[in-house]
Amino acid sequence: MSVLLIAEHNNKELRPFTLNAATAASQIDVDVHAVIIGQNIETAAKKLSELPVVKKVISIEAPHYENFTAENFAPAIVKLAENYSHIVCSANTFGKNLMPRIAAHLDTSQVSDIIKVISSDTFLRPIYAGNAFATVKTNDAKKCITIRPTSFEPCESSGGTATIEKGEVSEEFSNTKFIKREEIKSDRPELGTARIVVSGGRGMQSGDNFKLITEVADKLGAAIGASRAAVDAGYISNDHQVGQTGKVVVPDLYIAIGISGAIQHLAGMKESKVIVAINKDGEAPIFSVADYGLEADLFEALPQFMEELNKLNTIQK
Amino acid sequence: MKILVAVKRVIDYNVQIRVKEDGSGVVTDNVKMSTNPPDDNAIEEAVKIKESGKATEIVAITVGEEKAQETVRKALAVGADRGVHVKTEGVLEPLAVSKIIKKIVEKEKPDLVFMGKQAIDDDCNQTGQMLSALLNWPQATFASNIEVKENSLEVTREIDEGLETIEINTPAIVTCDLRLNEPRYASLPNIMKAKKKPIEEINVSDLGIDTTPRVEQLKVEEPPKRKAGIKVANVAELVQKLKNEAKVI
Repeated sequence: MSVLLIAEHNNKELRPFTLNAATAASQIDVDVHAVIIGQNIETAAKKLSELPVVKKVISIEAPHYENFTAENFAPAIVKLAENYSHIVCSANTFGKNLMPRIAAHLDTSQVSDIIKVISSDTFLRPIYAGNAFATVKTNDAKKCITIRPTSFEPCESSGGTATIEKGEVSEEFSNTKFIKREEIKSDRPELGTARIVVSGGRGMQSGDNFKLITEVADKLGAAIGASRAAVDAGYISNDHQVGQTGKVVVPDLYIAIGISGAIQHLAGMKESKVIVAINKDGEAPIFSVADYGLEADLFEALPQFMEELNKLNTIQK
Repeated sequence: MKILVAVKRVIDYNVQIRVKEDGSGVVTDNVKMSTNPPDDNAIEEAVKIKESGKATEIVAITVGEEKAQETVRKALAVGADRGVHVKTEGVLEPLAVSKIIKKIVEKEKPDLVFMGKQAIDDDCNQTGQMLSALLNWPQATFASNIEVKENSLEVTREIDEGLETIEINTPAIVTCDLRLNEPRYASLPNIMKAKKKPIEEINVSDLGIDTTPRVEQLKVEEPPKRKAGIKVANVAELVQKLKNEAKVI
């Protein structure tokens, strides 16, 4: 039994959640091999070989892999699959797009978004936006698993010396053409991995008002999140969305400002260690998950919050 | 151009679900059901494309028990021309559903298949991708914008890092994000008209597909409850608590 981990990267470096997926893979079986597919990926493949949990790296390079198109990736991984009992990757948009395509080719029923490895065939996964947890056992010979990255710690990233092998390039899929990717660059921590997240909701009333959130986030070294309502209203771009269909975050501190707490938003943040809610509606459902609730008008509370933070001698980073 | 839109009946998104005491699942008796929200976006987009003159026919399909037909009827009221209901009982996994829809695609020969990106009950996010693998068609998942071109679509996809634009040649599969459009409500006259539109009923047993589940659900339980928090009186107290009690700033 061996596990094949699909590495996520940007052709230069590994994406951070590859380390979380590696942890999950190593909990299924100690014999973890990792496949990395892309173009000019030597540096990223080297980094992958340095993860101590990875025993072997398979690197597959071709120009048609440059943009991570699932239609190109899936056949390459399916070819490797015969040597493995499990195929694992993160349940982010990369893995969600790719893994079912692999599973269907292998005639396997995928297990999505697991939060715990119970045994090599039994896993815990949230359903109904995290309002229930299901323990599921897969009886397929090959198991395709996506993991919720925030439910697994990242593995050690150095010290390993896995061998790097070249893998076989699959044929190009010509009916899908990549045009462009608009990544939002930011100096702030990534939303998925930040220690503190400050999120705004519809209560912010405008995109302009989000600068109040930005100030607090800058002060705390935090990432900025948003509810679906705020994104839908055009206050902020979609890459900030926290929730059932957005990102799932588990920071040490989550500050929800002007967010009522719809079920689908709670699904994305209620596992956070400490939750703060600031909302003028004392009955808002967000207060049911908040450790510290402040019933106040956010336009008064946020400037005061900045003032109080400025009074502190030190702020943890 | 012909568009097939797949819709699923799920517990309404506003319902606070309850886990059954015996751990066998969640309570569905006497619970409000409705169309899976992003499937409404899929129907809406198909209707918009037809209204723009770029599609000639919309077929709505659902796979499920008797009552699942309500979702097809709703799609007909919003603008689909006819329906297909593949009747099944018991648990169906995305792999089985995609095999069933593949059979219908082979018969109906649509140029496009639309569906929601994820069902809000099992949260699997698999069926569209699996269907496109089985058909060897291009896939555009998590679509937030679609431009119809000649023999292709330009699709903007929502990805973790921002937005990605791809061009896919038809025939193709698109899974729709909630931000793709604003689903319309069916007007009363259209609801009445929809009652006369045809829905073809097909028994899954006639399709010759093995739909036996591969994944056993051993137990369903409530997630651990958060302990009740406190309300603070003012901002100063909040900051003090975060600093000295929770020790997170």
